[in-house]
Amino acid sequence: MENLISLFVESVFVNNILLAYFLGMCSFLAVSKRVDTAIGLGLAVIFVEVITVPVNWALNHYLLAPGALGWAGLPDVDLSFLSFISFIAVIAALVQLVEMIVDRYSPALYSALGIFLPLIAVNCAILGASLFMVEREYTFVESAVFGLGSGTGFLLAIAAMAAIREKLRYSHIPAGLRGLGITMLITGLMAMAFMSFSGINL
Amino acid sequence: MSLLSKKNMGFIKDPLMDNNPIATQVLGICSALAVTVQLQTAIVMSIAVILVLAFSNVLISLVRNKVPSNIRIIVELAIIATLVILVDQVLKAFLYDISKQLSVFVGLIITNCIVLGRAEAFALQNKPWPSFLDGIGNGLGYSMILITVAFGREILGSGTLFGFQLIPDAAYAAGYQNMGLMVLAPGAFILLGLIIWVQRTITGITE
Repeated sequence: MENLISLFVESVFVNNILLAYFLGMCSFLAVSKRVDTAIGLGLAVIFVEVITVPVNWALNHYLLAPGALGWAGLPDVDLSFLSFISFIAVIAALVQLVEMIVDRYSPALYSALGIFLPLIAVNCAILGASLFMVEREYTFVESAVFGLGSGTGFLLAIAAMAAIREKLRYSHIPAGLRGLGITMLITGLMAMAFMSFSGINL
Repeated sequence: MSLLSKKNMGFIKDPLMDNNPIATQVLGICSALAVTVQLQTAIVMSIAVILVLAFSNVLISLVRNKVPSNIRIIVELAIIATLVILVDQVLKAFLYDISKQLSVFVGLIITNCIVLGRAEAFALQNKPWPSFLDGIGNGLGYSMILITVAFGREILGSGTLFGFQLIPDAAYAAGYQNMGLMVLAPGAFILLGLIIWVQRTITGITE
């Protein structure tokens, strides 16, 4: 239990998927203009990550990893080269499924998330979390916690950024720096602030 | 129309400066930063992206009239993922150390917005040859930023280029210190912000 809490805290703060690994920058830059839409996207990312990382873990563990097909009597088969294409297929399919379920049972949430759900399929943070899960050899429970943690980290970063950009509208910025330039500089400062969490161990 | 007419060359030149995929179109920043601690990894990553981008553009352009538009995203993703798997396997076979350093970021070319973005914006409307040139051009524009950032980060952060020490020992003896910040994530963000500032001041593009 303790190491799960530690893993969660680490993936939210110390190894923030956005500020330390640069994943999900595209949607981070595109959707961080208003706080409410940023939070909507962040929640959608958490939702999808909590589902896709464990599902991809199962897929990797029972089908793709070297020797994973042992249960089917094929212990020598190594399908790990198929992992990229099957992970992205799982993510795209799950996003579609989540979209349909949310639309059916919670139209209010659907209209709040509507535009962002399909975009999530090509959010690097989602595929990145699945690939990290393989590389770091997490267990099933760890992969679920990691999905939750990295999604929460993304939400935290994008909501903070949106809040800063809302205030930024009233400041006088040099012409060439407006928009993308200043956003990158602020992200740099935010990443620096998040680095002060490093070394924290529970 | 000749293969390298002025219009076709424009597809290559335009994304280098005026319509740079990273600085102007705001595509593909995710992977641009993580691999730029050293020049070597940045260059390998650039080559991988150029190859995937050029060939995914050609393939998508070839099938553009045969794929129904409501399933086009999944078809595009399948084509891109196949190409990325090829690149990944080649890297693992011939450049194992670098492929270890690039870790998950080769796989993340699949979700690199440049590839899908150019497929949607260009390859779906154009013939294979211009699409190929567009892929090369955008790949080069991406590489240019990537290599500039990597150059700055490696020389300021470690005092080396391609792993060779460039700052003389005498400078260290005189009290010069490497800028540790450049090796870490914030250095990449700040350097890229400054490069975008310069690029936008030159091209005169503002938001």
